[in-house]
Amino acid sequence: MKTIRIGNGAGFWGDNLDAPRRLCEGARLDYLTLEYLAELTMSILAHQKSRNPSAGWVTDFEIVLRDLIPALRTQPGLKIVTNAGGMNPQGCAAAASRVLVEAGMPDVAIGIVTGDDLLPRLNELSHEGETFAHFETGQSFDSVRDRIVSANAYLGAAGIVEALAGGARIVITGRVADVSLTVGPAAHQFGWSFRDWERLAPTTVAGHLIECGGQCTGGMYSGWTPEIRLADIGYPIAEISDKADVTITKPEGTGGRVDVETVSEQLLYEIGDPAHYLTPDIDTDFTQVRLTEAGPDRVSVQGARGSSAPDKFKVSVAYQDGYLVSSTLTVCGPHAVETARSAGATILEKLRMAGVTPARTNVEVIGAGDTAPGLPGERVNPWDVVLRVSAADPSRAVLDRFTCEFAPLVTAGHPGVTGYVGGRAKPRPVLAYWPTTVSRGHVQAVSIVRAAREWIA
Amino acid sequence: MNGSIRLGEIAHARSGDKGNHANVGVIAFTPEGFRYLGQVLTEVRVAQYFLSFRPTEVRRYELPGVGAYNFLLFNVLGGGASRSLRTDSQGKTLALALLEMPIPAPPPADLDCMRRQQPKHNEATSDE
Repeated sequence: MKTIRIGNGAGFWGDNLDAPRRLCEGARLDYLTLEYLAELTMSILAHQKSRNPSAGWVTDFEIVLRDLIPALRTQPGLKIVTNAGGMNPQGCAAAASRVLVEAGMPDVAIGIVTGDDLLPRLNELSHEGETFAHFETGQSFDSVRDRIVSANAYLGAAGIVEALAGGARIVITGRVADVSLTVGPAAHQFGWSFRDWERLAPTTVAGHLIECGGQCTGGMYSGWTPEIRLADIGYPIAEISDKADVTITKPEGTGGRVDVETVSEQLLYEIGDPAHYLTPDIDTDFTQVRLTEAGPDRVSVQGARGSSAPDKFKVSVAYQDGYLVSSTLTVCGPHAVETARSAGATILEKLRMAGVTPARTNVEVIGAGDTAPGLPGERVNPWDVVLRVSAADPSRAVLDRFTCEFAPLVTAGHPGVTGYVGGRAKPRPVLAYWPTTVSRGHVQAVSIVRAAREWIA
Repeated sequence: MNGSIRLGEIAHARSGDKGNHANVGVIAFTPEGFRYLGQVLTEVRVAQYFLSFRPTEVRRYELPGVGAYNFLLFNVLGGGASRSLRTDSQGKTLALALLEMPIPAPPPADLDCMRRQQPKHNEATSDE
C-alpha cells in the first residue's frame, strides 16, 4: 500500500507565517498545501489588481516561499499546491519565480490554474442564459450588477491534476474549492478517476479537515485546557493511501492536539447538510463518517461516501455595499456597564443632534456579554469594559462624521472613560457577498506549466 | 423532575459562519449522550435559546457516525462577515454559548454514561 502525506500550512490569508516552514521541517511531506482564500478575499484582491495590474495575489505566499527554500532544496519530493494566485495567478507565479531564481533554483516548474475569473465574461454569460440570481433568495442579479467587484467560479481539482501531471512542483491557482487543494494531489499521485467516489469521498473529508490549518489540531477546541500548548501548535497532516484510507496527524513534538474531539469539531465546522457536502468534484456524505484514535495524535477517518457532483459550479460574487466603521472606548468604575451603555447612547444622540444618522448602528459593551447579546447566563459586574460602537452607511462622509464623536467623551463625557487611542477610525468599504451558480459547460480550468526562469522572461 | 444540567456536561461544540447563517456542531461525548440529545436538543429548544439573535429558521441535521448534531441558524449574523456590525460577525462564539444551555437532567446513572469517558491524554501520560 502506498501512502502520501499532505500537510496544510495556512488556513486563510493572515495565518501564521512560520507554520508552513515548521510543518515541512517537522514532517516529511509529499505535498504542502496553503489555503488563503476566504469568501471575500477575492474581492479585496480584485480591488488591489484594479489599482496595480501586477497585484491581486496573496503576498504572504512570497514571504512563505522564501522561508521554504531550504526545505525545497533538501526534500526533492516536496511539492506545493496553493490558491495564493487569487485574482492574478500569473502575477503570483512571476513573484514566486523571482524568489526561486534568486535562490539559484531557476528550473523549478511552476504551474498556474486559471479559468475561475468570470468578471470579464459576465455579459457574454448572461447572453448565454446565465441569470446569476442569488443562490438562496432568488433575488435578481440586476439589483447588484452595476456594483460588482469580482465574480469567481469555484473550480475543482482537475486543473491541479493537470498542472501536476505537466511536471509542476509548485501549483498556484485562483479560486478553487478549498478541499481541491488536497483532492488534486491525491488524485494525481494515485491516478484516480474523477468518478471514483469511493476514493474521492474520504479524500474530500481529509481536505475539509485540514483546510483550516490549526483549527483541526487543537485550535478553537471547545474543550481546551492549559495543558494544550498553542504557541507551537502543529499544523495538520492528512495521510492518504492509494485505497483512500485517511489518517489525520501533526508533526511529532509540536503543540496542539489531534484526537477524536478536536478532529470531530473540525468535521462539523461550517458545514450545512452533512449528507450533501458539495464541491465541484463530488457530493460527499459525512453522516456515516467515523473517527477513531489510531495512536498518539493520530485519528483515522472512515465511512465517507460520495456521488456525482452538482451540475453547476458555485460562483462567489462580491459587490460594493457602502461603508462600515467601528470605534472603541474603555470605560471603568463601579458601574462600568451602565456607564458604557450611556456613553454609547450619548454618541448616537450627539450625532442625531448634528443631523447625522447612519443607516445602521450597533452598540456593544464587551465585558457585559454583548458578544452573545441576550443569551441567558450569569453576568458579573466588571470593573472595566470596552464600549464598541459601529455604524454602516452608503456615504463615507456620514461615517467620517460618526468617528468624530468618540474623542470628545474623554473630557465632556462620563467619569471613567479612557482608552481613546490611535486617532479617529477609518471607514472601510463593505464588499458584500452574492452567492450564485454557473453551468459547468461555461467554465473551463486552464493550466500552464513553465520553469521559474520562463515566468519572468 | 431532576432539574437541569449544562449541555457542555455531555457534549462539545464548534460554530462558524455560512454567509449570514451560522452553524453550531454539537458532538456528544458518548453514544448514550447522542441518543439523549436526540430527544432534548430539539430545533425548537435551540431556536428558543438563540431567540435574541432572531433566527428565521433553525434546522437540525444528524451525524450518527461521530454522534453529533449540526444546527443551522438562519440569518443570525447581522449581515454576515463583511456587513455585520457585531464583534463576533462570524458566529465563532455561538458554540461556547450553546454549551451553557440548560437541558433537562437525565437520571444520575445515565448521566455518568454521557460524560466524557476517556481520560485526557495528559492524564493518561501521568499514569505511566
